[in-house]
Amino acid sequence: MDVALGLAHRQITVLFKNPSLFIPPMLFPLMNFMAFAGGLSRLRHVPGFDFQGGYTAFQFVFVLLQSAAFGGVFAGFGVARDFERGFARRLLVSAPKRGGIIVGYAIAALVRWAMIAVVLTTVALIAGMKIGGDGVDLFGMYGLAIIFNQVGLLWACGVAMRFRSVQAGPLMQTPVFMALFLAPVYVPLDLLQGWIHDVARLNPLTFILESGRGFIEGRPTQVVTAFALAAALFVVFAAWARTGLGTAERAGS
Amino acid sequence: MSRSDEGIEAIGLRRQFKDVEAVAGIDLRVLPGEIYGFLGPNGAGKSTTVHMLTTLLPPSGGRATVAGFDVAKQGPQVRASIGAALQEAALDPFLTGAEHLRLQASLHGIRGDERKRLIAQLLDRVGLASAGNRKVRTYSGGMKRRLDLALALIHDPSILFLDEPTTGLDPQSRTALWDEVGRLARDEGVTVFLTTQYLEEADVLADRVGIIDHGRIVAEGTPAQLKAQIGKPTVEVVPESPDELERLRTLLRRFGAETAARPGAFAVQLDGHGALPEVVRALDGENLRAAQINLHEPSLDDVFLAKTGRTLEGAEEE
Amino acid sequence: MTQQIWLIARRSIVRTFRQPGTWIPPLTFPLMLMAVNSNGLRAATHLPGFPTDSFLAFFLPFSFLQGALFASGIAGVDLARDIDTGFLNRLALTPVRGSALLIGQIGGAVGLGTLQACVYLSVGLAFGVHIDTGVAGAFLILLLAVLIATGWGTLGLWLALRTGSGEGVQSQFPLLFFATFISSMNLPRNLIEVTWFRDVATVNPVSYMIEGLRSLVITGWDVQALLLGFGFTFALIAVSLGLAGRQLKVRMART
Repeated sequence: MDVALGLAHRQITVLFKNPSLFIPPMLFPLMNFMAFAGGLSRLRHVPGFDFQGGYTAFQFVFVLLQSAAFGGVFAGFGVARDFERGFARRLLVSAPKRGGIIVGYAIAALVRWAMIAVVLTTVALIAGMKIGGDGVDLFGMYGLAIIFNQVGLLWACGVAMRFRSVQAGPLMQTPVFMALFLAPVYVPLDLLQGWIHDVARLNPLTFILESGRGFIEGRPTQVVTAFALAAALFVVFAAWARTGLGTAERAGS
Repeated sequence: MSRSDEGIEAIGLRRQFKDVEAVAGIDLRVLPGEIYGFLGPNGAGKSTTVHMLTTLLPPSGGRATVAGFDVAKQGPQVRASIGAALQEAALDPFLTGAEHLRLQASLHGIRGDERKRLIAQLLDRVGLASAGNRKVRTYSGGMKRRLDLALALIHDPSILFLDEPTTGLDPQSRTALWDEVGRLARDEGVTVFLTTQYLEEADVLADRVGIIDHGRIVAEGTPAQLKAQIGKPTVEVVPESPDELERLRTLLRRFGAETAARPGAFAVQLDGHGALPEVVRALDGENLRAAQINLHEPSLDDVFLAKTGRTLEGAEEE
Repeated sequence: MTQQIWLIARRSIVRTFRQPGTWIPPLTFPLMLMAVNSNGLRAATHLPGFPTDSFLAFFLPFSFLQGALFASGIAGVDLARDIDTGFLNRLALTPVRGSALLIGQIGGAVGLGTLQACVYLSVGLAFGVHIDTGVAGAFLILLLAVLIATGWGTLGLWLALRTGSGEGVQSQFPLLFFATFISSMNLPRNLIEVTWFRDVATVNPVSYMIEGLRSLVITGWDVQALLLGFGFTFALIAVSLGLAGRQLKVRMART
């Protein structure tokens, strides 16, 4: 745990000393939120758009999850940078329990994202977002986002530790981006048509997203499925990250 | 292009950057066909001077002419007369060596068969004939420097500026580059303005050397003249048997004044060049066997030390 | 001058296409987004007043703009690299004119923009998009798309000359992307509900570039839309070129 906390402290300090690392992950979700909630709100008038909470809340959940996932991915860039610059080698040499390294990065990713989530939520409330759910519902929504943030980090961590270079950045980002946009981003699942409906139906993120929207609306839906899938993703990508660490150890860096 | 009769001249050349006076008024003259070495530590103002003389930076004061053209008022004419290999190799990693030369030649108005001939000739001359169609990112540091030199020569300039051309090169590549620069000046009459932080480079290549520190020229002359200003060579002898030290002292005092030496050795400052062979002959004649004979010539670093109070290495660390 | 522009442009095109990692993502990413958005937002065609029943046809023009933005990044980063490595100084020591250097540097962006425009249009046609203005309109689409790429590419050059570094160029890109988001990229302006968003989209020149292209696809010959689209594009080119030219004089201070 000492390793984890020490590393997390260092990552957060680096972040505050380098605003240029912090500002894009903050700005992107805000820009997306403004563009989607502001530009597409008319979509709530599409026949069959069954969401009572208003389009702002509808998009807020997607942007929250997107920011959580990419918050994890951006933290993964930091992991890759640490390997490239040799800092990771020092960690591997000095950490008595190397699993703590991944935990440290995960804590830092969570703290970083929590700040973004606060700003995003504040902006959404100022923009008039309606919250139909109660405290338990919101706890559920943010809980899903937290797990999603960790999933993003674990995925990116595994990639970073295998490639040990920031050149792997696009490989970290692109699958996450595709997974997010192959979910019901702009309209509920029932209003999707064609191949995208078929893909979204099978996409685990769809369940997580729709469940999150159910929480904010005050009509929780598919809660067990969403959390089970989130937990499954967490377990799978935790193993991915741990085996990635093993690869880095064997490579001697 | 025929060789210009004019070299390089600077009078009171200055360059100010906000609060920093990078070049604080330098006067220099480089004769046509001469290799002029511009020696100094990092930050002394060498590259800034080169940038002004090659028209890349307007001077803040003073004036300079290159190949007879004013650097501030006749920029295009200066550029047509010079070639420059600046501190960075300045190459595009995605182009081949031949493509670089083609672009450079074309921009200088060289076309058709003449261009093809020149490219082939230059690639051959700098030892890149077999690598001409490879992308520059596959080149070693030495190959990049050689291509850089070829690019500087493509339009047959009368004056060549080389800004630290051998920094980072291995000894073999460095020697090859020195040979080529020496040949250019000797056989083709190209005037070379060479900046370097390597004493050996200035010593070996330059006809005359200017030493710059903190934006001012602190010494100028041929390497031999500069070293002679500082002092004479010293010879130190360690006798094979310590018992011979007194006889050694008596013998060596004939060649010059005594000077500091290591324990068990004796050293004198020689009165003139060519004295070392006489020392060796004298030792032989007296049957004095020497375990070691060390000759120390004053170096340009000694010159720098005398003029600035610190060595070039010490200046590097500032 | 023409010869000099061609020489610099040729180099720019050659080195752009020799970096597949640089031009493949800008080519493919907008296609991915086109695929996802054209299906994900298909429901928007059911909105009263939506101008077409094909969201792909509606969204296709945005792909040209997005591609142009990527091309802009490439132009900027390539020039920033030239500044960083000293290659700009090498060019400055030749007889090349500053204006030729600038115009030629856009070559890569224009080349990529042309390729992108052809690919996106072909993909759109292959997936059933009908160009209301026919073959002539298709050529105008390509022309306007290439001009848009030129305008954004020049903006990228200005950023490179101003910042002198690839990171500096890339750090500005979120803002440029944001500028494209606050436009009529996803819905026609008259269907944007949120007042401030609609107002910003109305003053945003990007909206008119998209609408100019869009009119050729779904509306037919709309002179006003074309005049505004081409007009704002030429304005972008002129402003960017002016800014870049001034910055080049600062960056390349040769006598």
